[in-house]
Amino acid sequence: MERSLKRWWPVFVLPTALAFGIGFVIPFAMGLYLSFCDFTTLTDAVFVGLDNYIRAFSDASGEFIHALWYTALFALVSTVVINVLGLGLALLLTRGFAGTQLFRTVFFLPNLIGGIVLGWLWQVLLNGLLARRGVTLVTSEWYGFWGLLAVVSWQQLGYMMIIYISGLTTLPEDVLEAAAMDGAGPRQIFRHIKLPMLMPSVTVCTFLTLTNGFKLFDQNLALTNGMPGSRSQLLALNIYTTFYGRAGWAGAGQAKAVVFCLIVTGIALLQLRLTRSEEARA
Amino acid sequence: MKKRFSWFTAAFAVLSAVYLYPLAMVAFNSFKKKAYISRQPFALPTAHTFAGLANYEKGIQLTRFPSAAVTSLFITVCSVALIVLCTSMCAWFLCRVRTRAGRGLYRLFVFSMVAPFQMVMFTLSRLANLLGLNTPQGIVLIYLGFGAGLSVFLFTGFVNASPAAVEESALMDGCSPIRLFFAIVLPVLQPAAVSVGILQAMWIWNDYLLPYLVLDVRRFRTIPIAVQYLRGGYGSVDMGAMMALLVLAIIPAAVFYLACQRWIVSGVMAGAVKG
Repeated sequence: MERSLKRWWPVFVLPTALAFGIGFVIPFAMGLYLSFCDFTTLTDAVFVGLDNYIRAFSDASGEFIHALWYTALFALVSTVVINVLGLGLALLLTRGFAGTQLFRTVFFLPNLIGGIVLGWLWQVLLNGLLARRGVTLVTSEWYGFWGLLAVVSWQQLGYMMIIYISGLTTLPEDVLEAAAMDGAGPRQIFRHIKLPMLMPSVTVCTFLTLTNGFKLFDQNLALTNGMPGSRSQLLALNIYTTFYGRAGWAGAGQAKAVVFCLIVTGIALLQLRLTRSEEARA
Repeated sequence: MKKRFSWFTAAFAVLSAVYLYPLAMVAFNSFKKKAYISRQPFALPTAHTFAGLANYEKGIQLTRFPSAAVTSLFITVCSVALIVLCTSMCAWFLCRVRTRAGRGLYRLFVFSMVAPFQMVMFTLSRLANLLGLNTPQGIVLIYLGFGAGLSVFLFTGFVNASPAAVEESALMDGCSPIRLFFAIVLPVLQPAAVSVGILQAMWIWNDYLLPYLVLDVRRFRTIPIAVQYLRGGYGSVDMGAMMALLVLAIIPAAVFYLACQRWIVSGVMAGAVKG
């Protein structure tokens, strides 16, 4: 089979590979190279070594360092909140009471709405709530932080709920029944049977929420636009403003992007390894 | 099995209403005069604050919303069709013909799923400009490239789980690979194709930064670009027009969701088989 197929690769693989080259591989390689260059366009690059990286970490008000830990904190908190609530909803909505199908539909709906639209929608809502205390979303970076958390939780809860539900519905009935017969309470069944067997879903969901948290951009742009100052900028927005908001800083922006890429890749690898071993143990 | 009504049903009915409240809020605010939106966002329109369709007229006129909707639809439909077609062919081939180059390509695909867009943001937009891909037709090609990672990954999982015996005997009987793919392989891959199509459609329809940077925004806008455009350079945002645009942007997504709900939910489930 392999031999007769082999010569057909230009038909099957080439279109995707070409587009992938233009859309990802070439820009990625160029981006990596440009992070060591001084440039304003693609053609005027001059090699400058690690200058951009030094500039990235020593920008005026420590913006980048701030964005780094602000983003890490946000990704962590949002992962915990979304997964705990999503799993909770999934457990409740698989109990078979009237209307569960409708309620699932409701909780999933916000996923279809884009980040820009969500950001503006919640800006009005949250500023309306905050106005009672005489503050706004951009009074301090923490209002923006919790606001952003509300937005992404509202958006992603339903998605994770669906994944957890699909995990829960494939649990073997007989094992759960046997445990109940042996006198295990609901809490014990959850802790020692359901949760370990759900580890594949947990892996997927924490992976998705963690990387979503790190890469978040649209909601950040529309909700606070990084204000006050640049204090509520997540990494992605910080890199964007470094590139396009400041003449002569494209190199530093590209260096930040490389650091960002390394962090996200590292976390993805680490997280997959950790939960894989957790799965194996379960 | 008839499902029983319980206190859970009642509690969740209330919770659902609360969950949908933000949507209701934009809807009624879009009919209020703009001065009352930020000042009293939770008040329903009254005879005094009711603005009729003025916000919608203003919003549409400021952003050329209808043409943005057409552009969004064009880009999403074409990109999704092209992605499903090309990446299913690619994934199947890479699974059936094992070469070192193929394995290397697959690793790159997987890596591209993790890499953040900011890494290629600048170079990709410049490259697209250089190659004349800054049009709705051109961006379709870029979406194929940028969306290939996830799609090939999902299709690969599916192809690997299906046996090659039938395909092999079809080839032996002199069936051409192209016919083999469309007549035998693609029907089997249908659930994966639905999953890929749904996930990519949700991403591309809502994507803001890629089209904003790649498209020539003086000529072409997508819906998210139109919404963000209201913010303008400086000065305050016309909240009336904004509310109206938000409603106009949410309606197609909500209609699509209610119409294709079953597929969307099963698509998400299938797409999450392995991260």
